[in-house]
Amino acid sequence: MDYIDPHIHMVSRVTDDYETLAKMGCRAVSEPAFWAGFDRGSVDGFRDYFRQLTEFEPKRAGWYGIQHYTWLCINAKEAENVKLSREVIAMIPEFLGRPGVLGIGEIGLNKNTRNESTVFLEHLDLAAKSNEQILIHTPHLEDKYKGTRMILDMLCDDRRIDRGRVLVDHVEEHTIRPVLEAGFWAGMTLYPVSKCTPQRAVDMVEMYGAERLLVNSAGDWGPSKPTAVPDFILAMRLRGHSESLIRQVVYENPLKFFRQSRGFQFTP
Amino acid sequence: MPIPLTAPQVLDREFLELRAKLLELAAGLDRIDRASGDIETDPRLGQIEQALEVLSGGEPDRAERVQMIFSLAFDAKWRETFELRQRG
Repeated sequence: MDYIDPHIHMVSRVTDDYETLAKMGCRAVSEPAFWAGFDRGSVDGFRDYFRQLTEFEPKRAGWYGIQHYTWLCINAKEAENVKLSREVIAMIPEFLGRPGVLGIGEIGLNKNTRNESTVFLEHLDLAAKSNEQILIHTPHLEDKYKGTRMILDMLCDDRRIDRGRVLVDHVEEHTIRPVLEAGFWAGMTLYPVSKCTPQRAVDMVEMYGAERLLVNSAGDWGPSKPTAVPDFILAMRLRGHSESLIRQVVYENPLKFFRQSRGFQFTP
Repeated sequence: MPIPLTAPQVLDREFLELRAKLLELAAGLDRIDRASGDIETDPRLGQIEQALEVLSGGEPDRAERVQMIFSLAFDAKWRETFELRQRG
């Protein structure tokens, strides 16, 4: 089945992974900017990273017929450095008009601190002023519920934000309801240990319906599986769900969400 | 949205997996017991005990309730604490 992985960090993966994804039906990926495993020291470090995301990575994906899209930001883990964050936010507009750039992301919270919240709000301001879509990272483990509620507070308090153009990612059983009820898109991330398994993601489709729901691998440099979306497809089939419902979640929903971005030029 | 499978079908399909996960849990708790050192005051132990109570109860939404046991509390007045000013 054709599918789209709406959240995967391909800069951390080898070229063989692109080939495997293509063989499994992946037609497009979207890659949010994230933490590299170490804190970068300067705005030029981010400028080079954004060049990799907008220049080289689409080319590498294209070798296997996969369309590559991206999101730009300074992630929450590096947002404790507010001065550097502001320099990066000021530099992002250099890249916003480039082909394949879908918006601002993945912004969010990590340990739910004041500095992280400040930088999150400044990213929101940039997105609102430049009419960009937004992709949001929610925290891990014990911080997730608190951080997700804080993020929803900040989003809902900004009247400029169109909730139908915002994806709140890494939802789990205790955070999916408030995200969907507030009118945002929700993303389920399939990880081997933390976050969500394919079976639990199927449970959430059954409990909340497929509307505004996405599923992704968030494959990166840590324990993760870039072919997790096909695992979800298999879990849906084994549970007896129709091909049309599966296709809605893994292909049509990402298209519907991404098509709201002027940087999304998709060739089926 | 209804689950296409019946409850007996789900149980047939998942019984061995659930059994295996329960045994992993039991063995993990035994391992803690056999190891030296004092963890009686470790709050994580209490969280595990609370989660086990949720599993043994008959109420629905077990996964959501277990998630909340392992979650930090949310303070609705967090913005006042942080003295944050929203732009939009």
